[in-house]
Amino acid sequence: MLAGCGSSSTSSDTKTITVFAAASLKQVFTQLGTQYESAHPNTKVTFSFAGSSDLVAQLNQGAPADVFASADLNNMDKAVKGGRITDKPQNFATNVLTIVTPPGNPAHVNSLADLSHAGLRLVVCAPQVPCGSATKKVTSDAGVAISPVSEENSVTDVLAKVTTGQADAGLVYVTDAAGAGNKVTTVNFPESVKAVNTYPIATVADSKNADAAKDFVTLVTGPDGRKALQQAGFGQP
Amino acid sequence: MIRPPVWLYLPAAIGFVLVAGPLVALTGAVDWSHFFGLITSESSRVALELSLRTSLAAAVLCVLLGVPMAAVLARVRWRLLPVLRALVLLPLVLPPVVGGLALLYLFGRHGLVGRELESFGVRIAFSTTAVVLAQTFVALPFLVITLEGAMRTAGDRYERIAATLGARPSIVWWRVTLPLLRPALLSGVILAFARALGEFGATLTFAGSLQGRTRTLPLEIYLQRESDPDAAVALSLLLVLVAAVIVLVAYRRPGLAVDRVRTPARSAGS
Repeated sequence: MLAGCGSSSTSSDTKTITVFAAASLKQVFTQLGTQYESAHPNTKVTFSFAGSSDLVAQLNQGAPADVFASADLNNMDKAVKGGRITDKPQNFATNVLTIVTPPGNPAHVNSLADLSHAGLRLVVCAPQVPCGSATKKVTSDAGVAISPVSEENSVTDVLAKVTTGQADAGLVYVTDAAGAGNKVTTVNFPESVKAVNTYPIATVADSKNADAAKDFVTLVTGPDGRKALQQAGFGQP
Repeated sequence: MIRPPVWLYLPAAIGFVLVAGPLVALTGAVDWSHFFGLITSESSRVALELSLRTSLAAAVLCVLLGVPMAAVLARVRWRLLPVLRALVLLPLVLPPVVGGLALLYLFGRHGLVGRELESFGVRIAFSTTAVVLAQTFVALPFLVITLEGAMRTAGDRYERIAATLGARPSIVWWRVTLPLLRPALLSGVILAFARALGEFGATLTFAGSLQGRTRTLPLEIYLQRESDPDAAVALSLLLVLVAAVIVLVAYRRPGLAVDRVRTPARSAGS
């Protein structure tokens, strides 16, 4: 803003970069943001966490942002097609599905196949959203016919239905399960590797602080980022 | 009719634009070449049908419960009645998601009433019943507020005369009170139906989302937006059109409900 008025910026000016990131990255990115700010005292990092498709819609409508991290390749492609991303996106993390149940697993769900049991109140993501397409892929590959009582819009909605005890089981990402702590019991299943979700990150083409944006991407893809992501349950691409 | 001062027209015009502008923009965003295909797809049809069915059920529930509530609020003298009235109106100002959570802790699987029902094998969460309950919860205040206002404005003169002529309370209720309330009841029901049709947050939180069972039109729009924004826009316009028709029917003459009820009271008073 000030630059537009003709005043020259000095080194003491505080820069701000805005990072659009998938909701599942909230914990890790907030932590990395603090780390970035302490390494770059003149730069402030602000985040907008939401579903990847919401973020792409906002980006393609011209929302100001410097970095975009998506929870799937498909939404990153949409941002590239929309012209907001011109750099080649880098894949920095992966996520797989897991089964969560209320604490103690009262319905005795021990495998993916158990999800097809009659009377089991199973909640999953709708096929239209990334976690739902992963669910569809995993179950159809394994030949497990599920009849969920609800197909939610987001993985957090699925998690909430399980933590409140409304559902007997739900399919969420391992990172969501890790984030829920002892509010859920996690049942991993080997078939989950059939649908690995890949997270790409890129700087936004018209970023006002392209250098700072690049630095943040480097932090996420570098050893510190890898460590933080691993701790949160993410895999390496 | 005395016209308002001219300077009022400007803020009024801004207000109209603020309300109508987004809807006009929405119409402009519709992909007309695919419009009918999008709104008649199976998932859209199923969602619209479910919405109409559940909203109708909610409107009936609103009448069965709301008319007696309005009568109690308007005609009973009780110290705690203002508190009760405030409680009844709460769903009007609550964020729908809060309503959904509240319903969950009453009718959910571990809710106060829900866990008792569960032991009898009655499951409410994730069922169409849950949708109707959520819709009734948010729509009921509209009916109660419309009707209570009408009853207060109308006064109880006719009822008292009927009573002095020997009519028992039930006869007075069916033959005098209710017929006088008919116009207000009609607009109240239509408003409640329209509000039920638009219900979103409480349904999503409390009932879940499954095609044909709990995924009403607003939930379908929310879901389509993720994968097919054109379909979401088309369905949004459909919902706007349905809502517009309903509101037009309810208010086809300004002040319809209030005027008709007030007339006898006024003439009686003069």
